[in-house]
Amino acid sequence: MPTKAPTDLRSQFPALAQEVNGKPLAYLDNASTTQRPAVVLEAMQCFYQHDNANVHRGVHALSQRATDEFDAARSTVAKFIHASNANSVIFTKGCTESINLVAATWGFQNIREGDRVLVSTMEHHANIVPWQVATERAGAVVEPVPIFDDCSLDMEALESMLKKGRAKVVAVKHVCNASGTVNPIGEITKLAHEHGAVVMIDGAQGLAHQAVDVQALDVDFYSIASHKVYGPMGFGALYGKPEHLEGMPPYQTGGGMIRSVSFEETIYAAVPDKFEPGTPNVAGAIGLARALDWVTEVGLDRIQAVEHELGRSCTEQLQDVPGVRIIGTAPGKASIVSFVMEQAHPHDVGTILDSEGVAVRTGQHCCHPLLDRMGVPATTRASISVYNNEEDIDSLMRGVKRVAQLFG
Amino acid sequence: MSLSELYQEVILDHGKNPRNLREMPDATHVAEGYNPLCGDQIKVFLRVAGDVVEDASFLGRGCAISQASASMMTQAIKGQTLAKAEELFENFRDAVTTQADGGCDHSSEPTFEDAFQDESLGVLSCLTGVRNYPNRIKCAVLAWHAMHSALHEGSKVTTE
Ligand SMILES: Cc1ncc(COP(=O)(O)O)c(C=O)c1O
Repeated sequence: MPTKAPTDLRSQFPALAQEVNGKPLAYLDNASTTQRPAVVLEAMQCFYQHDNANVHRGVHALSQRATDEFDAARSTVAKFIHASNANSVIFTKGCTESINLVAATWGFQNIREGDRVLVSTMEHHANIVPWQVATERAGAVVEPVPIFDDCSLDMEALESMLKKGRAKVVAVKHVCNASGTVNPIGEITKLAHEHGAVVMIDGAQGLAHQAVDVQALDVDFYSIASHKVYGPMGFGALYGKPEHLEGMPPYQTGGGMIRSVSFEETIYAAVPDKFEPGTPNVAGAIGLARALDWVTEVGLDRIQAVEHELGRSCTEQLQDVPGVRIIGTAPGKASIVSFVMEQAHPHDVGTILDSEGVAVRTGQHCCHPLLDRMGVPATTRASISVYNNEEDIDSLMRGVKRVAQLFG
Repeated sequence: MSLSELYQEVILDHGKNPRNLREMPDATHVAEGYNPLCGDQIKVFLRVAGDVVEDASFLGRGCAISQASASMMTQAIKGQTLAKAEELFENFRDAVTTQADGGCDHSSEPTFEDAFQDESLGVLSCLTGVRNYPNRIKCAVLAWHAMHSALHEGSKVTTE
C-alpha cells in the first residue's frame, strides 16, 4: 500500500497549501530547505511580539525573558543531539559558518606544514573550501577520499590514507545532499581517532532524518543547519567536544564574547560566549528549538518510515522511465533521489517540472567534485520530507513523463 | 506563456542537433562561457578575416536552451561583418532580457512584439520566450556573451 498522506502533518505547513502554475505545489526540494510548520513561525513571532529584548545585557524583565528563552533553546539543541553539556553547542548563522569556524580556529591552531586533511569526494563545498583555505595557510594539503560508483565512501581507502600518518582532520558529511548516501560516521570517527585525526561531520542533512547522538558517535565536531530541519534560515549551530572548544581561539571578536577589555589586555569569555560575539539571532534560536521539538513530537521513527516509503516509490517509478539513471544508490541511503535523463538536461527537466507545480533542485548541488566523479554535469534532485505524499510523487512522475515526451 | 512557446520545435531541433558543434583549429578568436549555476559550459570559436566573421562554431554541453542558442548564434553571425555581429548581440540580449509581463514600466524598451517582429533577429526571435522564465535567461545569453568577449578580449566569461 502506498503511504497515505499524513494530512494532519501537511496542513501544519502554511507554505504547502498553494498552487504553482495552476497545479498544487509538490514541494520536493527539501534538501535545499524544508518548509516550516506554523508552530515554528508562531514561536518566532511570539518572541518579537512579547519578549523582544537583547540577551545577557539588561536587568529588565524583557531582557531576562529573552535570555531565558535563548538559553533554553541551546539546551533543547544540546538535548536533541545528546550533547553532555549545553555549552558545547555554539550558535552560528548556519552550517557553512559552523564549518568555517572550526577550520579557522581549530585548524589554525592545529594544522601545520606537511599535515593532511582528508576530505571525502562527496563533500559539499562548505566542507571543502574552508579546509583548502586552512591548509593553504599552513602549508598543508587537502586529499580527497575516494568513493565507489554507488556514491558510498571507500572505507578501506580512508583507512590506508589515515595509516600514512599526519592526517589531522577527516571531513565528511553525515548524509549526502546530492546522492543520499548515509555515511557510517561512528565508524569513520573511530578510524580517525585511532590515527590521531579529529572528524568534522557536516550534519546539514542529518538532523531532519537521522538520530544523532554526538557522545555515542564520539564525533569531534558536528554542524547543524536550522533551515533544513524545519527551522528558520540564516541560523545554525556547531557541536564541539568541550575539550576542543575550550582550547580554540575565538573566530570573530567584539562585544559579548569577552570577560574584560582594556587596551593592555583583553580576556575572553568562557565557551560558548567566546564564539558568539555581537547580538545573536535570538528568534532564530527559538525557531530552531521549536522545530526540533516538533520533530520530537512527530517522532523520528514516523519521519523515517514515511520518507523511506516515498523514497522507495519515487526511485522505483523513476527507474521504470527509459533514459533515467539514478545517481547515488548506496545501501541504506536517505530519501534524496538524484537522477539524470538521457533525453534532457536537468535544467530543462526542472523548468518542465515547475510547470507541473513540482519544486526540485537542478544543478550541481554545491558538489562539483562528486558530480565530476560521477561523470555528470548536473542532476535533477527530488528530496523528500515527512509532509510529502504519493500525490507529490505522482506530480513528479507526470512531469518526468512529459519531459520524456517532449524531448524523446 | 506556455511551455510550448519556450520549447518550440526549432529550439528542440537545434538543442538535439546543434549546428556548427565542432572545434576550429584555425580560429582567430576564442572564448569560454560558464554558468556556475547549472554547470553549463561553452567554448565559442570565431575565424575573423578583415571585418567579416568567416566561420563560427562552438563546443560545450548544457541545456536545450543554451545549446540551441549557441547553435543558432553560430548560424546567424557566420558571414556577417563584425559590426553586424555586435548589433545582433545587442539586439538579442535586449530582446531576451526585457521582461514581457510584470508591473514595471518598460515602455521605453522593446516589447516582446517588437522583438518578434524585429527582422534583424529573424529566426533568433523564437528564443525570446525565455524572458518569461527569468532563471533561464542566462542559458540563452551564455553563448552570446562568450562570442562578444571573444571579439573584445578573448577571455573566459561567466553569466553570474
Ligand atoms: C551537505 C551540506 N552541507 C552544507 C550545506 C550548507 O548549509 P547552509 O547553506 O545552511 O550553510 C548544505 C546546504 O546546502 C548541505 O546540503
